[in-house]
Amino acid sequence: MVPNHGSIGLRALICALLSICAAASIRPISDAHRSAALDLFVPSGGLFQSLEETYEALRTFQILGVGNFSDIGPATCPVIIDNLTSPASSPKDLFDAIRVNSILECQIGSQTFKDVAEKFQDLIKSTDKLMNFYYSILGLLHVKAQGVSVVLPDAEGVFYSIKALSQNDGRWQYDSNNAESSTCAAGIALEALAGVVSLADIELVQSKIGTIKHDIVKLFDSINSYDDGTLYFEEKHIDGSEYKGPLATTASVVRGASAFAAIVSEKLNIPGDKLVGIAKFLLSVGVPSSTKDLFNQIDSLSHIENNRISIPLILSLPSTVLSLTSKDQLEVEVTTVFGSAAPPLTVNLVRASSSDVKNNPILENQELQFDTEKNVHYLDILPLKIDIGKYTLEFEISLHDPENLNTYATGGHAHSLIFLTGLVKVDKSQIGIYDTDSESSASMLKLDFFKDDKISLVANHLQKLHLSFQLFTPLGNTIKPHQAFLKLRHESKVEHIFALESSSRQYKIILDFLALVEKFYYLSGRYDIELAVGDAAMENSFLHVLGYIDLDLPEPPERASRPPSLSVDPYARFGPKQEISHIFRAPETRPPKELSLAFLAFTLVPLGGFVIGLLTLGVNLKSFPSSSVHALFSLLFHAGIAAILLLYVLFWLKLDLFTTLKVLGLIGVFLIFVGHRTLSCLASTSAGKVKTN
Amino acid sequence: MAKSSSSDAQALIRSLRSAYAATPTKLKIIDLYVVYAITTAVIQIVYMGIVGSFPFNSFLSGILSCVGTAVLAVCLRIQVNKENKEFKDLSPERAFADFVLCNLVLHLVIMNFLG
Repeated sequence: MVPNHGSIGLRALICALLSICAAASIRPISDAHRSAALDLFVPSGGLFQSLEETYEALRTFQILGVGNFSDIGPATCPVIIDNLTSPASSPKDLFDAIRVNSILECQIGSQTFKDVAEKFQDLIKSTDKLMNFYYSILGLLHVKAQGVSVVLPDAEGVFYSIKALSQNDGRWQYDSNNAESSTCAAGIALEALAGVVSLADIELVQSKIGTIKHDIVKLFDSINSYDDGTLYFEEKHIDGSEYKGPLATTASVVRGASAFAAIVSEKLNIPGDKLVGIAKFLLSVGVPSSTKDLFNQIDSLSHIENNRISIPLILSLPSTVLSLTSKDQLEVEVTTVFGSAAPPLTVNLVRASSSDVKNNPILENQELQFDTEKNVHYLDILPLKIDIGKYTLEFEISLHDPENLNTYATGGHAHSLIFLTGLVKVDKSQIGIYDTDSESSASMLKLDFFKDDKISLVANHLQKLHLSFQLFTPLGNTIKPHQAFLKLRHESKVEHIFALESSSRQYKIILDFLALVEKFYYLSGRYDIELAVGDAAMENSFLHVLGYIDLDLPEPPERASRPPSLSVDPYARFGPKQEISHIFRAPETRPPKELSLAFLAFTLVPLGGFVIGLLTLGVNLKSFPSSSVHALFSLLFHAGIAAILLLYVLFWLKLDLFTTLKVLGLIGVFLIFVGHRTLSCLASTSAGKVKTN
Repeated sequence: MAKSSSSDAQALIRSLRSAYAATPTKLKIIDLYVVYAITTAVIQIVYMGIVGSFPFNSFLSGILSCVGTAVLAVCLRIQVNKENKEFKDLSPERAFADFVLCNLVLHLVIMNFLG
């Protein structure tokens, strides 16, 4: 629902749009980064969480020129001394401690340094892992900077061991077991190799250095790029345990490459455009929100700023929204990544084209003038008669002194997006009601959107509402705004929104109430009329209440749809829901109990008849064996059968099949035995009878 | 004609009766048992006709119990009958043991199916 606050809502929308555009453009390191550094790196009682974070904080503060170390020093120095002297410190702990010390310069005796140097030297001899080489070599470099003389034993051997871990595509492995190559490892290896060269007291063979330069070139060939021309490094194989994003990977490679470039005599063969792309990537991160990201960004940018290959120059726009009303000028800054001044140069606007109409450039080849006071290049756009809208600009930097091309890199053409805004004039606006058949004789009222008088109209369902107006830019062209809506709101808060159609010269809408009767839910009464027109390039986008209209609509028929109930409490959905009535299958009709019991009795009647019949036949038990043994067996036989029948009754009532079968097995075996004895007795007695007969 | 047929029927029944009287008692017991089982089955069918066959499995198990035991009794009668030349070698006790065993198995199944 568009808020009813005049143009505030639309202006907020435009500001949001423009701030998104501003974030996408690149700006050099500024005070925003400095204050972010102070906000992110906050020691508690002078101590950071770890020595690694301490180093990151101190280095960031050092580069940006902020923060004071007076409270960090006393708290951290004891930790450093503890780490350096403890025998249980890992190589990483020693390395972190020694490099923090190189910034803080605590009071540490040279004997401690000698012991640490010895530990590093032992580690170099015994290890084959890249990270251990890195810690020990760079640790020895820091120890050497303290004034203690260190010797790197077998520098060529160390060089070979590190080089052995390199891969064909310019990447490195962390150790010989790990088959996957990593770009971060390449940066670390290059730093370590640069350290080896500076520590070695004999000149290393130039061909070896040449292979490393070749590796660096191959590594830079594998660089990735985004659409806007920024370049970055990324890991190809992602390790599940520790993911280093593009920022950390790029920072690692930049450190390694610049460290190596510093120690070789001739320049590395890396094109300046690549460095500009990497610098743009690092700047496009903006102001990072984590300590590690901020450190990586600032540290790698400082290496880029001070590197020996070429220093990138960044072209940035202080403001990407220019207003024709306030007669803004197009201003462009060219600086290094840290905002330092660039050598004398000229900026040329090669092409400016509208974002909507891509092919026709509006401007071509305009040279920008230089304002020495504000240190910006500017162009006066008012005399150029450019209309409001969104434009893509393409700039080219040309250095005055051709010698500077060796030191600085301009990075080809730079692209930028700007908005040109201005006041839009509304003209020939009119609104009126007319009957369906008499379109020409409509009595139209003139409207002025910026005055406060409200119009009031009356209409019934046989009439039509007509609204039309024209929009002109400051230069007199017609404009098609992003939004042009008409809203009718009933007293009962039911709203209807219509989009205005644009023909060649004007915007208009005709509401035919006859067709809209059902859409309006047959609600008669007073409707407020609101018109909203807005565009990103329009400084005076408006949401205007024009007045009201009294609509007379016919009565709703019985089956008309009701207007949606509007008093919806957003929390009502969490209340109890409607009760669900389940439908069960109707149970089968059972016969009445008495009938069932009667038939149970009936079923037992034939049993009685059987017994009576037996008696009639003169059944006797004479053949029942008389001798006790046989009698016993016969009794047991009958008992066994009775037991099985009882078991069946129990099975029907409550037992399950498995128990029944188990018990049946037991009784059955018993019954078979007993039955066999009984029947064989019977058989023998009857055989005896037959014989005697 | 009708008179002669009715008198023929009467003569038939009388001769049947006298012949039947000559059968041994054991066989008569078995015959009585069969009649008992069939009567029980008929009563169950009448009951089902009145109230409907809702628990159909119960109805079936009841009917099959009666019919099954009647069938087994008939088999026993055949095997025990001395005039039956085929089963001369089978002792009546053995036949009776089979009858008991088969009945027990039948009734286990019936009880399972009764539900």
